[in-house]
Amino acid sequence: MPIETISTTQGNHPTLPGEPPELDTRDMLLNIGPAHPAMHGIVRIVAKLDGEQIEAAEVEIGYLHRGFEKMAEVVDYNGVIPYTDRLNYVSPVINNMGYCMAVEKLIGISVPERCHYVRVILSEISRITDHLTCVGATAMELGAFTVFLYMIKAREYLWDLVEMVTGARLTVSYCRVGGVKADLPDDFAEPCREAFKKTREVLAEADGLLTRNRIFVDRMSGTGVISAEDAIAYGITGPFLRSTGADYDVRKDCPYAVYDRLDFDVPVGSRGDNMDRYLVRMEEMEQSMRIVEQAIRDMPQGPIQVDPGTGRPIPAAEMVDLAKVGDIGAIQGGSAVTCPTLEGSGQSQHSSIAADAKRVFFPPKEDTYGNIEGLMQQFKLVMHGHGVRAPKGEVYFPVEGANGELGFYVVSDGNGSAYRVRCRPPCFAIMSALSKLLIGDTIADMTPTFGSVNMIGGELDR
Amino acid sequence: MSADLIEVVKDRFPDAVSDSHAYRGDATVILRPESLLAVASFLKDDPALRMNFLMDLSAVDYSTYGERPTTAFFASSGVAVRPTALIPDEDPWPGPPRGARFAVVYHFYSTDKKHRLRLVVPVEDDDSPEVDSLTGLWPGANWLEREVWDMFGIRFRGHPDLKRILMYESFEGYPLRKDYPVNKRQPLIGPLN
Repeated sequence: MPIETISTTQGNHPTLPGEPPELDTRDMLLNIGPAHPAMHGIVRIVAKLDGEQIEAAEVEIGYLHRGFEKMAEVVDYNGVIPYTDRLNYVSPVINNMGYCMAVEKLIGISVPERCHYVRVILSEISRITDHLTCVGATAMELGAFTVFLYMIKAREYLWDLVEMVTGARLTVSYCRVGGVKADLPDDFAEPCREAFKKTREVLAEADGLLTRNRIFVDRMSGTGVISAEDAIAYGITGPFLRSTGADYDVRKDCPYAVYDRLDFDVPVGSRGDNMDRYLVRMEEMEQSMRIVEQAIRDMPQGPIQVDPGTGRPIPAAEMVDLAKVGDIGAIQGGSAVTCPTLEGSGQSQHSSIAADAKRVFFPPKEDTYGNIEGLMQQFKLVMHGHGVRAPKGEVYFPVEGANGELGFYVVSDGNGSAYRVRCRPPCFAIMSALSKLLIGDTIADMTPTFGSVNMIGGELDR
Repeated sequence: MSADLIEVVKDRFPDAVSDSHAYRGDATVILRPESLLAVASFLKDDPALRMNFLMDLSAVDYSTYGERPTTAFFASSGVAVRPTALIPDEDPWPGPPRGARFAVVYHFYSTDKKHRLRLVVPVEDDDSPEVDSLTGLWPGANWLEREVWDMFGIRFRGHPDLKRILMYESFEGYPLRKDYPVNKRQPLIGPLN
């Protein structure tokens, strides 16, 4: 640059030595979103800026509103389950489970213990996929694209497990009122161990790339700060609340399913900033894996028939042969080993994953196709107006979603569909505090703060 | 435990509580609308209750309760299995609030005491329903009340910025009211400016 230019520029702003130059400043309104490359999820933030600093922010939501609560009043109780998949679509099994447990509480049925364990295993795997997505996406938006790819790779290992059990990766619709669709596959423990081993490697790698990374730490710590009192006043729950030091976790404080029998820690932060939220999520993934490992170890097995001669389980085909030759004694009182198919679980597993309530849960497919009672039971449930019917009443049931307390409030008028279903979405409360989190930070801090909110449009706007 | 909670509120506000129950173990108090603010601040500050969380705030439109047609001849045979031992079943459900179309439902939680309480506030005026806003006590009530206004058209007295939140400004009607048809279409709107 020629020297004259510099001197001319200085000459235009005559100032006394030591005084800052007088600039013509004014606030700027910056419209971010609804679709912005640095933010995942459809949300609009109108920020009032003073230079780079955010002075005020208004958050506008509702771009993904699909009328979940209205639809839930129209379709029958089991028909709502596919809609719940689409609430928090990164961890759909937790939504399935929350809704089903609310309706089960209303009807008054409890599912068998093994079914609880199956639900817990699948929801904890979903929690890990959710946290992986959140941390990975936040890291990517701060420039760490490698971490994002690694974490999505790890999510793929876990989604393979989910696919193995439910037959789907994203919209799983796995739980039913009164049970789950099918039991775990016979050899689930081995692929699960393998997937966790690879996931732990990825987490260690990501930890090495991020936790002491100067760029990452500088942008995460001290930004998006909220105190525990404020977080509670806004109704914030989940990892976001725990990063402030409050240790509220539905799984510990209001245990449901079999969480009171499982040993796990609730990690808490102290500063309530983005860095603490990252650390809490990283630790929660490890704790979730601990839960799954214990659950697989502790879960009761369904009834299996063992060959008295060889001590090995009898496959269904052999059992048929035994029955043909009249060897009833060897096969009485148990059931054969069958692999649950996705068309419905094998008959032998059915009693261990579904509540003993004929007016609520479908019969095993063998019975539906094989005898008149099963066929009638199936039709009594699927025919219009004959499905699950809850007594008149109202219940609220909370579960720990990946973002915090996910509650379902169900009112019934005794009809085949709910009178009112209200979903308490955990990230709604966090988003209502977002403008407070942003004020005072710079515009660049919006990216990590918004990332750590883990906004999921599906559950926010319903 | 839920019975104790109800007793505490009843003792303190004998005139405000019109009914109470603990159906399926959920402690529920049905309040007269004028005493909502007093009861809510009592719940928040009382050392025995310490309800620091306003977990959820929503509403129910009871206008067609009990009027929906049963869809099949034998359909009434399906109701109710006897609750299993794990689910509390001491109290019957008293039914929807009488004489009011809308009920605003609050769910409170205390992190210290680990207990929950539901407040049901029937809104008596059907044409322009209005209740007091809790934004002064819990800032989190702001968006929740906006959503209830958006979906049910219930106004909140003293709310700083009561406007639609999920729907757009020119949307007509309140979609979660029972008289709003589920398949109703609204005209497409272009950009506003």
